[in-house]
Amino acid sequence: MTIRANALLTVALIGAILLALLLGSVPLSPLRVVSALGLQGNPGDILVVWQIRMPRALAAAVVGAALGMSGAALQGLLRNPLAEPGILGVSATAALFATFVLFFGLAGAGPLILPLAAIAGALAATLVVAIAALRTRSAVTLILVGIGLSSFSAALMALLMNLAPNPFTLADMINWTLGTVANRSFADLAYAAPFLAVGFGTLLAARRGLAALALGEEAAEGVGLDLKRQRLAVILGAGLATGAAVSLAGAIGFVGIVAPHLVRPFVGYDPARLLVPSALLGALVLVLADIGVRLLPTDSELRLGVVAALIGAPIFVWIAARGRLVE
Amino acid sequence: MSVLEARALTYRTEDRPLVEDASFRLEPGELTMLIGPNGSGKSTLLRLALGLLAPDAGEALIDGANVRRLSPTARARKAAYLPQTRPLAWPMPVRDVIALGRFAYGAAPGRLSAEDAAAVERAIAACRLAGFEDRAADTLSGGELARVHLARALAAETPLLVADEPVAALDPRYQHEVAQLFAAAAHAGRAVLTVVHDLTLAARYADRLIWMRDGRIVADGSVAETMTAERLADVFGIDAEIAHSGSRVSLTVTGPAR
Repeated sequence: MTIRANALLTVALIGAILLALLLGSVPLSPLRVVSALGLQGNPGDILVVWQIRMPRALAAAVVGAALGMSGAALQGLLRNPLAEPGILGVSATAALFATFVLFFGLAGAGPLILPLAAIAGALAATLVVAIAALRTRSAVTLILVGIGLSSFSAALMALLMNLAPNPFTLADMINWTLGTVANRSFADLAYAAPFLAVGFGTLLAARRGLAALALGEEAAEGVGLDLKRQRLAVILGAGLATGAAVSLAGAIGFVGIVAPHLVRPFVGYDPARLLVPSALLGALVLVLADIGVRLLPTDSELRLGVVAALIGAPIFVWIAARGRLVE
Repeated sequence: MSVLEARALTYRTEDRPLVEDASFRLEPGELTMLIGPNGSGKSTLLRLALGLLAPDAGEALIDGANVRRLSPTARARKAAYLPQTRPLAWPMPVRDVIALGRFAYGAAPGRLSAEDAAAVERAIAACRLAGFEDRAADTLSGGELARVHLARALAAETPLLVADEPVAALDPRYQHEVAQLFAAAAHAGRAVLTVVHDLTLAARYADRLIWMRDGRIVADGSVAETMTAERLADVFGIDAEIAHSGSRVSLTVTGPAR
């Protein structure tokens, strides 16, 4: 069941990425796209396919995968289907650090300053939560720490926007908060890649413990789980993956809640086997949403985060109304 | 060597001791029931004995080794633990829940070695759960769920099984069913220690009773030796009539002690 779900999602994801290469504001025939992929034909086509559409589609895919897997892992750790990278304050703090850099005009110092700031923010938030996790045994406390951190970051962000020196800075900040993968390059991807790789690797290594946690923390310790190490691994893994995702696309919500929910019945509700299909579905959703963003004939392009929320929030409400969300 | 040896275990919160100077041994093949009124420190004593809680004084040895120095995996291969049942976070199928009992051997749901799978099958048979394997855990009755949790603990095939109120909130029929399963697990060669609230159940099934009051062990011995009207009045504050017929002891509670 799990293998079939993963295979199906992988095929769908590859299909969606190919579709993203075919579609765009410049009409290119499939034949021209294929030859551009092989670095043949019109240099303009090659530029469009390799420099614009490919990195953009891949960025949407890795961001969706990072958010989907982080959400699945945090839900397993906290035994709460409402958990997601946002709830631990990781996304908000990452976005805050990015906004801070924009506010003081530091982003001009180099193309890597902004992503570095986002990852630093995610790691700072992760560290605070990790310290709290080691001091307390309660998942509720952990969630409350996350909510507090998240609210504080949002307040500081609002303060920075409030004090924005000029409309351009404000527009930059808003872009960052709304979330987009437009104009991403292979360089941006390469910079995020090591953080994503370590994050994914840590989460996958810790996934067996998530299954044990389904029994409750006390019983999980009883079957031989090292609870402190498990919490630390999930929080660091989710923090790194989410930080890298925010550095690529800004704050994008709901993927981390919705993707795990939709695949959970297909993996027998096993929190361990949930990670990979959640990542695949998160990637698929964001690649498709980004295609939608590019095709919608609006004057100023819609932001991916806005579309993700427009699709994700109603699905979230629908799942919640079916009563599966709350224990 | 005893399967479990508790030596002068003591655990205090800031203002008062929860467990004070508790010593006992558990031998294989015996079903030991830990009884005492609410707040007498039974659950804390279980957690101390398993090494899940660090004692302020004393130590607990499993097979001669201090439990606090065992790795979580090594400890879980010696002792299975059934805490007071909490709802499962996710409605996983019964077989996957029981498979989690093999966690300490590197297994995970859907990823069982031949040995793990055989242990899971034996646990399913022992708890008479054949036919329930694919049922979602949230569709089970309380008695069925209690058997699933017991099967999960049995699947670890440990020399020691420790349970905290495994029959609480069950109908009488299920209470007796689960108690019989615990007795069977003990008589198959394990050392079994379980907290029980129902004194008639304790009198009926325990090979040995450990009595606790105010964090201290006040009596330790067979039902026939320790179940006396004076002790019931002293520990539980109840008046009861004790009747002996052969090796069997039965009690009738007549009311709170005057």
